[in-house]
Amino acid sequence: MRLGMLIDVTRCSGCYNCFLACRDEHYGNEYPGYSAAQPLNGQFWMQMKEVEGGKYPRPRLNYIAIPCQHCQNAPCIDAAKDGAVYRRDDGIVMIDPEKAKGQDQIVASCPYRVIYWNAELQLPQKCGLCAQRLDTGDKQPRCVESCPTGAMAYGNLDDPESEISKRLKEVDPEIFHPEYGTDPLVAYAGLPGRMIAGEVVLEGSDVCAAGAKVTLEGDGVSLETASKTFGDFEFERLPQNKAFKVTVAADGYTSQVFDVKTHTDVDLGEVVLTK
Amino acid sequence: MTEQVFTNLTNCGPVSVYVNDGVVTRMRPLVADDEAEFRPWVIEADGKKYSPPKKFNLAPMVHAERRRLYSDERIKYPMKRVDFDPDGERNPQNRGKSAYERISWDEALDIVSSEIARVKKKYGSSAISGMTSSHHNWGIVGYKMGPFMRFMNCLEATPVFDNPDSWEGWHWGATHTYGFYWRLGMPEPFDNLQDVMKNSEFAVFWSNDPDTTRGTYSGQESAIWRTWLKEKGIPAVFIDPFHNYTNAIFDQAKWIAPRMGTDTALAMAIAYVWITEDTYDKEYVADRTIGFDEWKPYVLGETDGVPKTPEWAAEESGVDARVIRTLAREWASKRTVLTAGARGGEGSACRTAYGTEWARMMVLLQAMQGLGKPGVTIGGISMGAPADFETWFPAYAEPQGRMSHSTKAANYIPQNSTKQRLWRLTVPDAILSPPVEWDGAGFCGQSLEQQFEHFVYPAEGCSEIKLWYRYGGSFMGTMSDTTKWVRMYQSPKLEFVVNQDVWYNSETRMADIILPACTNFERDDLGEFAACGGYTTNSHTGNNYRVIVREKKCIEPLWESKSDYQILADLSAKLGIFDEFTDGGKTEIDWAKAFYNCSDLAKTLDWETFDKKGYHIINAPEDYKPKPSLRWFAEGRDCDTPDTGNPKRGTDKAHELGTYSGKIEFASESLKAHFPDDEERPVSPRYIESWEGHHTTELFEKYPLQLMSPHPRFSFHCHYDKHTDWLDDIPVHRIKKDGYAWWPARMNPVDADARGIRNGDIVRLYNDRGSVLCCAVVTERVRPGIAHSYASSAKYDPIEPGKADSVDRGGCVNMLTPSRMVSKHAPGMTPNSCLIDIAKWEG
Repeated sequence: MRLGMLIDVTRCSGCYNCFLACRDEHYGNEYPGYSAAQPLNGQFWMQMKEVEGGKYPRPRLNYIAIPCQHCQNAPCIDAAKDGAVYRRDDGIVMIDPEKAKGQDQIVASCPYRVIYWNAELQLPQKCGLCAQRLDTGDKQPRCVESCPTGAMAYGNLDDPESEISKRLKEVDPEIFHPEYGTDPLVAYAGLPGRMIAGEVVLEGSDVCAAGAKVTLEGDGVSLETASKTFGDFEFERLPQNKAFKVTVAADGYTSQVFDVKTHTDVDLGEVVLTK
Repeated sequence: MTEQVFTNLTNCGPVSVYVNDGVVTRMRPLVADDEAEFRPWVIEADGKKYSPPKKFNLAPMVHAERRRLYSDERIKYPMKRVDFDPDGERNPQNRGKSAYERISWDEALDIVSSEIARVKKKYGSSAISGMTSSHHNWGIVGYKMGPFMRFMNCLEATPVFDNPDSWEGWHWGATHTYGFYWRLGMPEPFDNLQDVMKNSEFAVFWSNDPDTTRGTYSGQESAIWRTWLKEKGIPAVFIDPFHNYTNAIFDQAKWIAPRMGTDTALAMAIAYVWITEDTYDKEYVADRTIGFDEWKPYVLGETDGVPKTPEWAAEESGVDARVIRTLAREWASKRTVLTAGARGGEGSACRTAYGTEWARMMVLLQAMQGLGKPGVTIGGISMGAPADFETWFPAYAEPQGRMSHSTKAANYIPQNSTKQRLWRLTVPDAILSPPVEWDGAGFCGQSLEQQFEHFVYPAEGCSEIKLWYRYGGSFMGTMSDTTKWVRMYQSPKLEFVVNQDVWYNSETRMADIILPACTNFERDDLGEFAACGGYTTNSHTGNNYRVIVREKKCIEPLWESKSDYQILADLSAKLGIFDEFTDGGKTEIDWAKAFYNCSDLAKTLDWETFDKKGYHIINAPEDYKPKPSLRWFAEGRDCDTPDTGNPKRGTDKAHELGTYSGKIEFASESLKAHFPDDEERPVSPRYIESWEGHHTTELFEKYPLQLMSPHPRFSFHCHYDKHTDWLDDIPVHRIKKDGYAWWPARMNPVDADARGIRNGDIVRLYNDRGSVLCCAVVTERVRPGIAHSYASSAKYDPIEPGKADSVDRGGCVNMLTPSRMVSKHAPGMTPNSCLIDIAKWEG
């Protein structure tokens, strides 16, 4: 059995319930054999990263909830001495609150930066997927319990009938920072990327330009979309730092072509097509 | 270590409270004994079935409730201002400045009771007044409406009318268009969810952020509904100068960002397109409305020479004419739900100069498209789930849910014969420079005529206020032009000020005596999740399940705090009115039982069983039959919804609305009868330029930014802010910098660059009314020319304590907002008609 989580960014409303439920579970509460008490400041075992994208008037806001990724190739386990960080049979990566004392190299080993240093206790600390609860009968970690939109799924990855296995089939699962190569048990869906957007305006028209053809080419992809009801178009989840050619076309109007680089999100503003 | 689990209920959801050795260690969303107790309803739409999960969904801050319970900001002991001597120098001028010393409960109760007795004897009972803050700790026994009102009525003190602070324009405007005064201007919400899911093809969110306002008390229950709508792919627009948090969820929606205060112009232009393109529901307008022909010439420009074209509205609002025209055409060509505030109506746009006109136009636009027909409704997308409507359970906003008025729970009801009234927004003006006058008896839920009643303070034969009993203390962060509250508190005319609260709030340290109250986790109570009753009957439809919760005393009151009821009972004993106040010696448990036993639930579940289990879920009936809001009206039938406050329901006029004509009124009969010549709230709605906006040239040149201060996302008004430090780690709520948790102020990069302001800078928001320091958030999510900073900072932190014009570090942006009311006869607050500028703060 491998326990895992799916975090669906497209379903996250940014309510921070998970962030606060995690604090309630761990702040000031010691769970012998599992974790020492979480201190008041500086530790967010369920981190929330707000990512604002796009430009006025087409901004985007995404939230990425970042717990310990429970990597199957966990650098923290390698960095720890005396087996202070270990993987349970169910896949949960645990920090032994006794053995890990003084081992600050464990904090530095995590590429996701989700291990925190408790200066008072001289202890590295992190999310243990609420193992103390799962072992005593609770069905899911506190973060998942508190999520109102089903943006988090949890369960046994090796059971095809589990909630998480079903959900993973419905989405296009991604790894957060695959370049770290740590094979996490936490999967994501809908992680934001770069965005190229704009609004098509037809010269001489007094309404918005729906249905204009907008194509994007570059980095080995070729995408096509149509401007929406209000003339807006966007390409989302594009790779960073790549060059693209964007063509805006409408029947009876002269097309416009833009060379765009995704160093940042790009908004082409009003693209006025003339006859 | 033995762990006990208690049930309790907050104003944002039910909880299971885990207690170890007398200390609360955790709080979870109420954990049901058995999942089978939930019987989820099913909505079928587009061949898909939608059902809520079998659980309760709290608002975020409730997860931090434990931290608030043990907060250092708790008032721990009775306190006395060091330079206050009831028998000597009172030094009122030092309120807000001087320090406090701890005193005993005996001394505190002696001072407060002898001051009450002294003032009453010297000036009469009308010289005593006081009021509570809103949305106090949940529970019908201890809720602010109950004990405090009962106590003040025992004293026969001067009551203070609340203003409808979240929905002013709907209360003072929309009621004259479609009635619903018994819901204070908001529409009935019934089966909105089902109707939208099944029938709506387009959603117009206008000045509405339901993911932030959450149907008022329903926590995150409705979040999943909006997820369904998003995944269903319903096309949507959001009209709001701020790209709000619901808009962020509906990432494919169109964001339309008008200047503040120009929403009515947009609405007029939409009507213009429909009239000139002949795309409105003429049959409905003919049969279900009156006055269309009186109003239409104004829209067409026949009365004032200004046709309300999209091009005209574009000049006013800054929204492109093509966008307005396209919006109008989409709206008319699809079954469109208008979602214009948490309860259907509300929203920042209604808390502006002439906000009545916007709210009236929201109703009229939907009337032009057949309001009440399938998919064509007004609803917040945060109320209107299928539910049980048969089981009555008392709630705070109805007389039977208050110990002050409940003839079912109490044997004796104290009668207050004092005729004098105060108006919350002008209490400081009343104290500092009487007389004050206004129209309207507060929440005018009994009749439209209540709005036309004229009040003068001081009332004939009554005294000016000499003793102010404040229960809570949020007004620096919630009312308008709030530095005047500081000046009021420092007036020698207030001979005595007492403040009773759980936590130190913005007004607490302006009292002479401070009394420590406890939370609902330290006393016994009961209540229903999200149900306030009264003018919002069946507000539990913001939930997926009804649940009645026994709020158990989880721990003993902390430090020397006591329950509000106990404090007032102790004072009553000193004043010789103990039996009157306590109804013959009732304890809080006695009251809880009395309220429970008068409920419908008690008919099938006895108190002992309920008390032991701690909660009871009431599921929607298995054979639930939807009765969508206003469908009856659209179809010319009698009202069939469970809108129990509708006075025509069950009469021979049951097919009518609550207006004089019984129809939707483009020309209002009630305004025609009472204020026929009012140019500020005319008989037919008009767009009127704001008295503080881009047309007020001189002021606009001096203060070129419009401040928008809506209801906050991570606190319930002031509740939870300041007293719950975990929230300070949520950057939407507060931003930590240099050891201080600052209130965020959002501005567009264009405005920030022009002022040399960078993201994260400490900035001063200012105008002639005050200065407030905030942390700048430079974001693409606000329209240029707008500064967005939430109302409801609980932290009033003047750099020079005791000086009304001091710069505030706490983020009480309400200090900057105007005193001026919506219009001459509509005495609502207008925080969103506010010009400011922003500068980098160099300290």
